[in-house]
Amino acid sequence: MSNTPQTLFDKIWDNHVVKRQEGYPDVVFIDRHFIHEVTSPQAFDGLRKRGAKVFNVNRTTATADHNVPTKDQHLPIREALSRHQVEKLRENCKEFGIELYDLLHPFQGIVHVIGPELGITQPGMTIVCGDSHTSTHGAFGNVAFGIGTSEVEQVLTTQCIIQSKPKKMLIEVNGTLEKGVTAKDLILYIIAKISAAGATGYFVEYAGEAIRNLTMEGRMTVCNMSIEMGARGGMIAPDEVTFAYLKGRRFAPQGEEFDRKVEAWKELKTDEGAQFDKVLTFDAADIKPMITYGTNPGMGIGVTDHVPTLEEIPTTEQPSFEKSLNYMGLKPGESLLGKAIDYVFIGSCTNARIEDLREVAEFVKGKQKASGIEVWIVPGSNQVAEQARAEGLDKVFEGAGFELRGPGCSACLGMNEDKVPAGKYAVSTSNRNFEGRQGPGARTLLVSPLTAAVAAVTGKVGDVRELV
Amino acid sequence: MKETITTLTSQAAPLPIENIDTDQIIPARFLKATTREGFGDNLFRDWRYNADDTPKTDFVLNDPTYKAARILVAGKNFGMGSSREHAAWAIHDYGFSVVISSFFADIFRNNSLNNFVLPVQVSDEFLAKTFAVIEADPYAQITVDLENQQVTLPDGTATAFDINPYKKNCLMNGYDDIDYLISLRPEIEAFQASQV
Repeated sequence: MSNTPQTLFDKIWDNHVVKRQEGYPDVVFIDRHFIHEVTSPQAFDGLRKRGAKVFNVNRTTATADHNVPTKDQHLPIREALSRHQVEKLRENCKEFGIELYDLLHPFQGIVHVIGPELGITQPGMTIVCGDSHTSTHGAFGNVAFGIGTSEVEQVLTTQCIIQSKPKKMLIEVNGTLEKGVTAKDLILYIIAKISAAGATGYFVEYAGEAIRNLTMEGRMTVCNMSIEMGARGGMIAPDEVTFAYLKGRRFAPQGEEFDRKVEAWKELKTDEGAQFDKVLTFDAADIKPMITYGTNPGMGIGVTDHVPTLEEIPTTEQPSFEKSLNYMGLKPGESLLGKAIDYVFIGSCTNARIEDLREVAEFVKGKQKASGIEVWIVPGSNQVAEQARAEGLDKVFEGAGFELRGPGCSACLGMNEDKVPAGKYAVSTSNRNFEGRQGPGARTLLVSPLTAAVAAVTGKVGDVRELV
Repeated sequence: MKETITTLTSQAAPLPIENIDTDQIIPARFLKATTREGFGDNLFRDWRYNADDTPKTDFVLNDPTYKAARILVAGKNFGMGSSREHAAWAIHDYGFSVVISSFFADIFRNNSLNNFVLPVQVSDEFLAKTFAVIEADPYAQITVDLENQQVTLPDGTATAFDINPYKKNCLMNGYDDIDYLISLRPEIEAFQASQV
C-alpha cells in the first residue's frame, strides 16, 4: 500500500478492481446486485442465449417494485403487461436460482428500501442495480450506482462490470439545519445550487456537521438524489449512527462477527489530506424548506422564494426554461406559497421509510385532509407498512382521511395505476419532476415529507417552519 | 452479421432542447416489454404524439424533411435521469446511430455505447454551429468518423471527440463486453476467493 492519502471512494473502488489495463475501463467486482422486474428480463435472455449461469446467486437479490399495484396486492395484477413482467421475473428467478421477495412476501418493497432495512447493504461494498437510485446505498459508505440492462447482464454473468472510474467530488455541509428543514431540503438545495448536471462525471462524498447529524434514513435520502445532479453516486463514511442502524438486522453480521466487522468498517473513511477533483462547501443555516417549480430537480427554490424571472436566467437557457414553466403552468417571478394543489404523494425510494411516515403522522395527528385533494401514502416496503401499523400510524392517516397502501414505486414514475392526471399539481416526496413523470401531463412539485404533510392538510403549498 | 460503427454521413435531426431526460426519450409506461425490440415507435412519445395518439406536427420526428436522418443533434446534458437502457434501445430502434450533444449524462453514455449508438460530445460552440447549419439547410450532410474521432460539417468545419479506446474498438469491430469479461473468469474467481 502506498502512503498517499486516499479518499473513501478510491479505497473501495480500487479494492474491487479485478483488472486494470491501459486504454480499458476498469473491471470492477460487484459485492451485491439488486434486480427488479423492469430492467432485468432482457439480461436474463442474454444469459439463456449464451447458456450462462448466474455467477453467484448469493450475491443477487430480487424484488418486484416498479410496476406493481399498491392496492389489492393479493389479487392477480390486472394490467396485462405489468403482470407479464412480474411473472417473467418469477420465472427467471426460479430458473436461475435467485431469491425473490415477491408481492406479499414480508421482505418485499422498493429495492433501495429493502436492501438497507434487511442489512444486506453493508459498509465498504460495491453495489449495483438496474436503477439510477442505487446511489441510496452509498449512505452506508458504499460505492453504489445505477446501471443499464446490458450491465445487469454483465454482473449476472460474471459478477463484474466494465466501468471507467469517475472523478471525485467532496460536498461539505457545515452547521445545523433549522427546525422543519430536513435531509430532503438539504439535497434539493444542493441540486438547485449546482444544477441537474452539476455533478455529472463525479462520484460524490458528503461530509460535514449537517451530514453527520442526519439519521441513517436522512442520509439515504441525500445519497438517493445524488443522481439528480448527475453524479455517478454519492456516499457518506460510516460511523456510530451507521453501526447502530445495522446492528441486529436480518442479514447483517451477528454477535462477535458484527463487532469484528465494525472494527473494520471504522477504517472506511477519507484520509486527512486526500485529494478530490472538486470540493463544494455549503452552510446548513442557508437552507430553507425547498420546492421545485420546473421539470428537472435542479429547478428548485425555497418555499418562500419566487420562481426566477426571465432576466435571472442566462439567455441561452431561456427557451428550455420557458418550455418548462409552460408545462408547469407557472409564470416567471411567481411565488408558490399558497398555491392550491390537487394531489399529495408520500412515497418512493427517496422518502417512504418509517421515519418519513412518522414525521408525517406526527404533523397530521388530529388534523384533516384538505377537501378536494387526494393523498396517497405508499410505504417503501412491507416491513415499513407493518411497523407503521404497529405504531398506530395507519390510524392517524385514516383519521386524517389518507390511505396507507401496499408498497411499491407507485406514483413516483407512474408505471402502475397510480398516475396523476394531466394538468394537475402533485406535491410529491419523490425524486423527479420530469415532464410526464407521474403521468402524462402531470405537474410535480418535489418537497420533503413535512412540506407534503402541510400540503395534505391545507391543500396548498406552505412554509412548514410556521407550523412546527 | 455483427453490428459495427465506423463512418457515417447523414442528415441530422435537430432537437435544440437542454436537459432531455430519459423519461422523455421513452416514458415509463412503455418500459413493460421484456424484449429489446420495438421501442422506436415510442421514442419521444409524449413530445411526438398527442394524448389521442395523433402526431404533433411541429415535432421534428414528425417532419418528413428529416426522415432520412440517422444522427440526432440535441441540447446540452442529454440523457439525464433514469438508468433505463430502453432509452438507448428506442433511439437505436428508431434508426439513429449517433447522438451529438455538448454534454451527456453518465449512465446514458454507457448504455448507448453498449447498443451501437455513438454519443459524440462537442463544445457548446460547435453544437450551436451544428444547429445553425441544419437550420440553414435541413438536408445538410454531417460526417461522423469514429476511427479518426472527428465530426465534420458540410463547410469542412471539423472537431474531434473523445471515446475510450476499448469502447471504440468494441464499436468498430462489434465486440461484446461480456465476451471480454468471460475471458477473465479465472481472474474473477480468484478475486472472489480472496475476499474475506
